Amino acid sequence: MTEMISTQSRPAGEAGRNYSGSLLEVDNLLVEFHTRQGVAKAVNGVTYSVDAGETLAVLGESGSGKSVTAQTIMGILDMPPGRITGGEIRFRGVDLLKLPEAERRKIRGAGISMIFQDALSALNPVFPVGWQIGEMFRVHRGTSRAEAKKKAIELMDKVRIPAAKQRVNDYPHQFSGGMRQRIMIAMAIALDPEILIADEPTTALDVTVQAQIMELLAELQRESNMGLILITHDLGVVADVADKIAVMYGGRIVEHASVHELYANPAHPYAKGLLESIPRVDQKGQELYAIKGTPPNLLRMPSGCAFHPRCPYRRDNCVTDVPPLYEVDGSRRSACHYWREVLDGTAG
Amino acid sequence: MGRYTLRRLLQLIPVILGTTFLIHFLVWNLPGDPFAGRCGERPCNPAYIERMTELYNLNDPLIIQYGKYLLNLLQGNFGEDFRGVPVAETMAEVWPNTVKLAVVALSIEIIIGIGAGVLTGLKRGGFLDNLVMISTLFLMSLPVFVIGYLLQLTLGLQLGIIRPTVSPEMPWSELIVPGFVLASLQVAFTARLTRASIAENMRADYVRTAVAKGLPRRRVVGVHLLRNSLIPAVTFLGTEVGALMAGAIVTEGIFNINGVGQTIYRGIITHDATAVVPMVTVLVLVYLLATLLVDLLYAVLDPRIRYE
Repeated sequence: MTEMISTQSRPAGEAGRNYSGSLLEVDNLLVEFHTRQGVAKAVNGVTYSVDAGETLAVLGESGSGKSVTAQTIMGILDMPPGRITGGEIRFRGVDLLKLPEAERRKIRGAGISMIFQDALSALNPVFPVGWQIGEMFRVHRGTSRAEAKKKAIELMDKVRIPAAKQRVNDYPHQFSGGMRQRIMIAMAIALDPEILIADEPTTALDVTVQAQIMELLAELQRESNMGLILITHDLGVVADVADKIAVMYGGRIVEHASVHELYANPAHPYAKGLLESIPRVDQKGQELYAIKGTPPNLLRMPSGCAFHPRCPYRRDNCVTDVPPLYEVDGSRRSACHYWREVLDGTAG
Repeated sequence: MGRYTLRRLLQLIPVILGTTFLIHFLVWNLPGDPFAGRCGERPCNPAYIERMTELYNLNDPLIIQYGKYLLNLLQGNFGEDFRGVPVAETMAEVWPNTVKLAVVALSIEIIIGIGAGVLTGLKRGGFLDNLVMISTLFLMSLPVFVIGYLLQLTLGLQLGIIRPTVSPEMPWSELIVPGFVLASLQVAFTARLTRASIAENMRADYVRTAVAKGLPRRRVVGVHLLRNSLIPAVTFLGTEVGALMAGAIVTEGIFNINGVGQTIYRGIITHDATAVVPMVTVLVLVYLLATLLVDLLYAVLDPRIRYE
């Protein structure tokens, strides 16, 4: 039973147990997609980290590389066409990208787990939900069928699915959208993971249910002290729960800041544009701000700063020089040559 | 599900009545004299014709004939054919042979068809994929009798690996080649159907979830992917069970198997309606029950289908 992992030891095993750095560190990650049209650089040197009990929000529009980064952490990237061309993903100090698949698999779902945007398609339509939750215990821990089902009911109770005992044998299509996402969450937290990645967990839900799901996630996180990576394009969702934010654009992190700092005064024109495009009650009747232009084509990235074609602060060197992640202060970073002006609010 | 099954079984009654009536009507109204050629080179003795006409109610209007036939059928009496042999006796002799052949053919369809479909669906564009795609195309383009005679000629007569015809005892080992011939077209369809289904579902979100759960690959494929991908293949194979029983005329003819197809064929060319009608009636029944079974199996495989 090599698949079995004792319930006492954490799934990553003893390796890196006394590691003093962050729980999960993504270090200069590079991911490309090889397509017929050419090479799409989806992730271009992303670096971020999450500690136990901490929530990192990864913010960005479609194609910014936020989901690809998450899939690379989980090891569920389609390869090919995907290809990891550089960087490290350290979980308790161990580089996951160098682990053999058998070792990697034991971490998936047990050490790091993930919930997806659309729970209806992400759950298998032909198996009962309790069976799907219980599968985590049966495969990773070798639990018996009956015991796994009992644990599935406990978990469904924990994520507050009413009448869990009666519904454990129901199929995904028999649940509402919110309940399905709760089942996804129950499955993801089944083995007490240290890191939970939530990839747009509330996008497919209506607003009242969104709030309930976010509350549930926050509560579960407090209880078990897991690190949470929340991938979203919804700034409203982020504000309440996140500790720090990484804003991604064109496969790079363009601003990294605490939630408070970012909301108070963004240091990158793109982050600033995002914040200004939130509808606000005190601006009722006025035209809503929109960032001009379209997201970059990953096959033909703009030269220099990828945001320069849409940037109101653009100067000549933005077109030629790729901005590094400038240290703004403490842990705050901005990939803009003119972050000082952005902070001061003096448009170029 | 119970109520659905009952309803479906009740629906069978009008279908059976309709089909048997049609069969009855068509077979008895085949052009030609049923007694031509029955008595050697000479025309039949009028006394004989009279006796037969009396025995089989041939002078009654068709609807009365049909009614009498149904009454007999309900009493479990399949009647006698023109030679005076009880049809039930013939059936007891030929049905096991046809079923045996169909079982072999169905097993081949399941094992080779689904097996090849899964393997090629998982890895498209490779050597195996090309091999399967070309060979299935080949099988689909050739009529069954060509494949049958080709295998009989090469394997049976030239290489001597198999007996050219199946011996009357119908040993399983001799049925493999005839079974393959009978299954050839469906094997190709099953393989392609499964391949397409696997290839499509491989990109499904729930497969990604299964990988993200940390399941071993063989479990992701063997449990999560396969269960969903088998639905179209099972539906197809189920409806083909009936066709396997009826469609064996050619295969049974080539390999000299005394089965249902051959008996019906003989009955038709000799105008032996009393033998053909009950045989075909049973065939219809088998077909209908197989279809019902598939519908029920479909609900078991895919819980989203509920018949209430």
